[in-house]
Amino acid sequence: MYVAVKGGERAIENAHRLLAHERRGDRDVPELSLAQIAEQLSLGVDRVMTEGSLFDRELAALAIKQARGDLIEAIFLVRAFRATLPRFGATEPVDTGTMQVRRRISSTFKDIPGGQILGPTFDYTHRLLDPQLADGFSPDEPATGEAPAMATPRVTDILGRDGLIEPSPAADADAPVADLTREPLNFPADRDLRLQNLARADEGFLLALGYSSQRGYGRNHPFAGEIRFGEVEVEFIAEDAGFAIPLGSIALTECQMVNQFKGSATEAPCFTRGYGLAFGQSERKTMSMALVDRSLRARELGEEVVAPGQDEEFVMSHSDNVQATGFVEHLKLPHYVDFQSELGLLRKLRQEFADANEAPQMQEAAE
Amino acid sequence: MNAPAYNFAYLDEQTKRMIRRAILKAIAIPGYQVPFASREMPMPYGWGTGGVQVTAAILGPDDVLKVIDQGSDDTTNAISIRKFFGKTAGVATTTATADATVIQTRHRIPEAPLHAGQVLVYQVPIPEPLRFLEPRETETRRMHALGEYGLMHVKLYEDIARFGHIATSYAYPVKVNARYVMDPSPTPKFDNPKMDNCPALQLFGAGREKRIYAIPPHTDVVSLDFEDHPFTRYRFDAPCALCGAGDSYLDEIVTDDKGGRMFVCSDTDYCESRQQAGHRGSESAAPHKERAHG
Repeated sequence: MYVAVKGGERAIENAHRLLAHERRGDRDVPELSLAQIAEQLSLGVDRVMTEGSLFDRELAALAIKQARGDLIEAIFLVRAFRATLPRFGATEPVDTGTMQVRRRISSTFKDIPGGQILGPTFDYTHRLLDPQLADGFSPDEPATGEAPAMATPRVTDILGRDGLIEPSPAADADAPVADLTREPLNFPADRDLRLQNLARADEGFLLALGYSSQRGYGRNHPFAGEIRFGEVEVEFIAEDAGFAIPLGSIALTECQMVNQFKGSATEAPCFTRGYGLAFGQSERKTMSMALVDRSLRARELGEEVVAPGQDEEFVMSHSDNVQATGFVEHLKLPHYVDFQSELGLLRKLRQEFADANEAPQMQEAAE
Repeated sequence: MNAPAYNFAYLDEQTKRMIRRAILKAIAIPGYQVPFASREMPMPYGWGTGGVQVTAAILGPDDVLKVIDQGSDDTTNAISIRKFFGKTAGVATTTATADATVIQTRHRIPEAPLHAGQVLVYQVPIPEPLRFLEPRETETRRMHALGEYGLMHVKLYEDIARFGHIATSYAYPVKVNARYVMDPSPTPKFDNPKMDNCPALQLFGAGREKRIYAIPPHTDVVSLDFEDHPFTRYRFDAPCALCGAGDSYLDEIVTDDKGGRMFVCSDTDYCESRQQAGHRGSESAAPHKERAHG
């Protein structure tokens, strides 16, 4: 005797209860606070804010805690919340040239106005596991000094003064800001949309694509013109007030790649740009983004599109890890009825195959 | 902390308005895929976010909602979505096909005929019927615009040349209103004829791919085929082991590891209604109980 399966509702509730229990882990171990996550896992928080498209350290920390440290799950939580937020408008473009710099390096010039500032970086650390960190280690206070009064102009602006690099496209104050979370994406996509897509894109996906461009799949000869990380002011023009109101400052990482020059019969050769921007300290992300941004400009710059990293439909359709993980993982959902349909077809084809093979043998036996 | 507060049926009214505009356009151009600004929903892409957004946009306080997955009201994802709307919209829910005003479905069309005034909302993973023949959206949109469907017929022809049959058993392409070739979502082709001249409105939502399309009531929907290889439905040739139905699509249940199989209706509401009406199959037992072994 057989009775159809029931009780899915209770199974779901119990699964959620068990998940909450597993999330907490051993209850003898102190619980993580959001402040601990925000302060001590700050690069994970930066990534969740960047790919979640929401600058809120506390919510990102909550998402990481809720997701048990699964950053893509945390990004998904932040995105789902962000989708419900009302839009008041777009801020003024942030000016990264006036950034309160915490780190700023250029690999194209030995010294630059404002100086090379190493800042907090893993670069040049030896990747040796540090047993000291395991328990109760209190690091030295950081060295301090007077900040130089000198401005820190962007390296690409210095190159731009001599016309050696293509200018950044001029801002058009009246042009609406494209937003792929509010308008469906259509191809071909302009660079503003592409950059928004890349800013939200999975870091690992961009890393692999950027890497592939370095290894010859659509090579574009990059130099890290400048990477800077620090705080910038965000301003918003409220229509009632009629002037820009400062909303506060946010931490950003910006990467400007300087790429292979191009030229034509009518244009003098000059360097071209690839651009990366992300919340917090996200260097791997912004460098990868800048490489892929430059690759995706192939069409605009008259280059032949031969590699995946140059193909905007391929890149933009597959860069979003929330979409990708949803569709890959949906294979966990039941597919009984389709599978049954395939089974039916396969059985029929196999039967016909067997019948066809059997028929000549019987004929032989008769002879 | 920015504590969230949610609107009726989760989505804000501006978003619903945007989705309704897309739905209206879709109804006006049967079978045409209308791009829409799909939102991130609180369930993963690929788990019905398109259907959920369509349902959220059309749901009113007086609606009665039914949600099925694989034909069943009791599969985990159907329960999860039904609970979502129970919680965010507080609408009445039902498992009875006839009582529902809105039915959200994944992979099946109910066996009981739908009636005028009902809306069937399909969850769609890949809305583009030409996608696996041509991966580029720019190309497929052009092919639809020109009604250039030769590639699809070549594919079906090659199936026949290779296998002797059209080797598509689900998501079987249809032509809507003699114009657009449309993906019916991954329903088994058994369900295709139910879409034709259906009195209910059929809406299709693809969240990740950001497309909505529709079949208005009483629209011609034709499964693609050839004169000498006409479209055929597939159904395992057995009556339902629980209700004895000989006309319903069947799930195959593996009952032991020695090749034991049984076949029962995939549409649980249809099966239970028949059992309540006194129909019996070879393995009949009282419904609405936990699985009994032995």
